[in-house]
Amino acid sequence: MNFDGYDTQGFYDELIAPDGSPRQEALPLIERINALSAKDLRRRQKAAERVLHQQGITFNVYGDKKGTEKIFPFDVLPRIVPAREWAVLERGLKQRIKALNLFIDDIYNGQKILKDGVIPADLVLSSECYLKQCEGLSPPKKIWIHVTGTDLVRHSDGEFYVLEDNLRCPSGISYVLQNRAIQKRTLPKAFEAMRTRPVSDYGDHLYDALRHAAPEGVENPNVIVLTPGVYNSAYYEHSYLAQQMGATLAQGSDLTIIDDHVMLRTTRGFEKVDVIYRRIDDAFLDPTVFNKDSLLGVPGIMECFRKGNVALANAPGTGIADDKAVYAYVPQIIKYYLDEDPIIANVPTFICDDEKDRAHVLANLETLVVKAVNLSGGYGMLIGPVSTAKEREEFAEKIKANPRDYIAQPTLALSRTPTIVGDAIEGRHVDFRPYILYGESIFVLPGGLTRVALTKGSLVVNSSQGGGSKDTWVLGDEPRNMGDM
Amino acid sequence: MLSRVASSIYWMSRYLERADNVARFIEVNSRLILDMGWEREKAQWDPLVRASADEKSFSERYSEFTEKNVVHFLAFDTENPNSIISCVQHARENARTVREIISSEMWETINALYHLVEKQSRKRQPDDLQSFFTAVLNASHLFAGLTENTMSRGEGWHFARMGRLLERADKTTRILDVKYFLLLPTPDYFDSPYDAVEWGAVLKSVSGFEMYRKQFHRANYHDVAQFLVLDAHFPRSIRFCIDSAASSLNRISDTLGITVSASEEMAKLKAVLDEASIDTILSNGLHEFVDMFQFNLNIVDEALYTSFFALEKEV
Repeated sequence: MNFDGYDTQGFYDELIAPDGSPRQEALPLIERINALSAKDLRRRQKAAERVLHQQGITFNVYGDKKGTEKIFPFDVLPRIVPAREWAVLERGLKQRIKALNLFIDDIYNGQKILKDGVIPADLVLSSECYLKQCEGLSPPKKIWIHVTGTDLVRHSDGEFYVLEDNLRCPSGISYVLQNRAIQKRTLPKAFEAMRTRPVSDYGDHLYDALRHAAPEGVENPNVIVLTPGVYNSAYYEHSYLAQQMGATLAQGSDLTIIDDHVMLRTTRGFEKVDVIYRRIDDAFLDPTVFNKDSLLGVPGIMECFRKGNVALANAPGTGIADDKAVYAYVPQIIKYYLDEDPIIANVPTFICDDEKDRAHVLANLETLVVKAVNLSGGYGMLIGPVSTAKEREEFAEKIKANPRDYIAQPTLALSRTPTIVGDAIEGRHVDFRPYILYGESIFVLPGGLTRVALTKGSLVVNSSQGGGSKDTWVLGDEPRNMGDM
Repeated sequence: MLSRVASSIYWMSRYLERADNVARFIEVNSRLILDMGWEREKAQWDPLVRASADEKSFSERYSEFTEKNVVHFLAFDTENPNSIISCVQHARENARTVREIISSEMWETINALYHLVEKQSRKRQPDDLQSFFTAVLNASHLFAGLTENTMSRGEGWHFARMGRLLERADKTTRILDVKYFLLLPTPDYFDSPYDAVEWGAVLKSVSGFEMYRKQFHRANYHDVAQFLVLDAHFPRSIRFCIDSAASSLNRISDTLGITVSASEEMAKLKAVLDEASIDTILSNGLHEFVDMFQFNLNIVDEALYTSFFALEKEV
C-alpha cells in the first residue's frame, strides 16, 4: 500500500507535510509502509484485530441478545511525536500538573487564590465538583492528582493545545500498553527503524507513585486497585493495571471498615489496606458522604481518608480543576503559583456565566463548540458547524437557563494522520492523551493514547461514538544502542 | 487472597469441568448408539437428563426426549444453567473477575472456548457434533495443562484444583448413574454381553477404557464400579478426586494457618471412600451410593462457602 494520491486537504497532518512529502521524522516509517503490498498490510491489520479478539479486549454491543462482542477498533498505522515536540510537551505537562496540584491544595486549604481575586470565588465555589467534604483536608505529601491523562489536540497552526485535564479517573492507559504490544508484532521492522521510546514500564512507575502516596509512617504499603466491578466498561483496564503491578484488584464489597481502617476480606481474615488506586468516581466512593444510593463504594472510607489512615489516588475533590469553567483560568493558575507562562496553551474559552461571553456565545453558536462544564467523553456537547438550527435553539435555551453549566470554544481543526480505510490510506482526525504520574517527582510517560475519528470528516474521537485508537510513537533523540537497554 | 477471588477461581474451575463432563455425558450415549447398533430414532436419551437431575427444567421447555432436544438442552440451551454454553459462560465470567490472578494463557483459552461454543450454538443445523465435543474436551485439557504449567502453587491454584476435582467426582457419579437409568427397564440385563459393551462405552466416555483394561482386562459391572468409584490412581475415579481435593484443602488451611469446618467435612467424605468396599456398595445399590455421595458433596461445598468465601465481620 502506498501514499500516492494521499491528500492532506489543508489540515495539519502528523506524518505528511503540506506539499505531500513525508515529514522528515516519519520518513523511515513511510518508506517501510510503502514497501508493503496492500494485501500484506491488510493481513497485518487483520492479525492485530484477531489478537485483540483472542485476548478478550472487547465490549458488548448494547441490546444485542446474541452476545456479539466487538473489539475497539485499532489502526495499525502509528502516530508519531518527534523528540523535539515531545520535549516541549513533557515540560508543559509537568508545569501544568504541578500548578493544578497547588491550586487544588489551596482551594481546600485557605483559598488564597480566591482571596487574591485571580479567579472569581463564585465560579469555583458554585462548581458541582467543589467538595465541601474536602475542606481542610491534606493528602499525604500534599499530592492530590497522582494520575492524570491530559487531552491534547493539535490545531491547523501546528501547535498543541490542552483540551481537557482529566484529573479524576482518566482511563485508556491499558490501550496504550496493549496497542504497543500488538504494534510491535504487526510492524516490527518499521518499529525498529524509528527509535521509539518504550512505554512498557508504566506499571512500575504507577506502583512507585502509589507507594509514594502512602500515609506517613507506613513502611511497606499495601496498594490495591478498586474497581466498580466486571460490568464497568473499563474493567479490563482495572484488571490489567492490577496485574501489571501485582496488586490486589478489589470491589467495594471486598472491603470493610474496622476502627477507621480499610480492610480487605481475604481467606486469611481481614487485611489492612494503605493505598487505594480507586477507579470509582467521587460521587460513588462513600454512600455515607456522597451519593447515598451507591452500591459500588465503601461506607465510611472518607472518614478513614480524613484521619489519614488510607490514601486515595486520586484524592477526592480534584474534579474542581476539571470543571471546564475553571479550566479557562489555568493560564492564570500557572502564573499565580509558579510565576511562569504556560508552555502548552489553553483553547480560548468563553464562560457562559460571564454576561459578555454569553452574549458572544449565543450570537455565534454556528461556529463554536459548546460543552457542559462537568461532562466529558463527548457527552453534552454541541458542535456548531455540524449542528441543526433546532439543536442550536435547544442549546441556547439550556445556556440561558443554566449559564454556569456551559462554556464554549472555537471549533478546532484537529490535525489528521494517515489511517487505513478499506484499501486506501486516508487522513483522519486525531487527538492525543499522554499520561502523567505524580510521585516523588512528576513523570510523563513517553507515549500516550491517540484516538482517531474513523468516520470521514468526523471530529469525535470517543470510542462510544465511532472512534478507534492508534499506537503513539514518541521518538528518542539518539539512535538507541544495546548499552541503553 | 480475597474471599471473592478464591470463590471465583473455585467456580471458574468447577464450571469448566462441568462443561467438559456434559460433553462426555453426551458422548456416552452417542457411543452406545453406535456400539449397540440401536436405531437412532429409538435410542434412549432420557437417562442423560435424569442422571443430571434436570428433568423438571427439561420438561418445562421440551415435549419429547429426542436426540435433538436432549443435545440442545445439554449443550446449547442458555436457559439450562448446566448446559455446556451456560457453564462456559459462567466459567468465563468468573475468569474475567480473576483475570489478574490467573495467567493470560488461561484466560485466553477460556475466552477462545467461549467463542467456539457460542459460534456453534448459533448454527441452525449443528453439523459434526462429534468434533465439536472433542474441541470442548481439548480446550478443557489445554486449560488444565496451562493451570499446571503457568500458575504458581499458591492458594489460587489449590482452589482451582479443588473446584475441578469436586466437580469431577460429582460428574463421575452421574455418568455411572446414566447406566443405572438406562438399565431400569430391564433389570435382568446384568452381565449380559450387551452389558460389557455398555460399560465399555461408559469407560471410554471418561477416557478410562485403556487404564481399566490394564487392570481388569474384561469389562463387567463389578470391576467398572470398583475402578470408577474406588480406584486410588485413576484421575477420574471418585476416590482419586476426593483424595486430591482433600490434599488441596489441607494445603490451603496449612498456608493460612487455620482450621476450618470444611476440612472436617472433607475428611469424613474421604474416610467413607477409604473404608468402603465395592461389594457392600453394590449390594446396597450403586444408585443409592451415588445419591448419598452427592448429598455429602453438597455439605462439603457449603462448608467451603462458610469457611472461605463468605467472611463476615463480627458485630
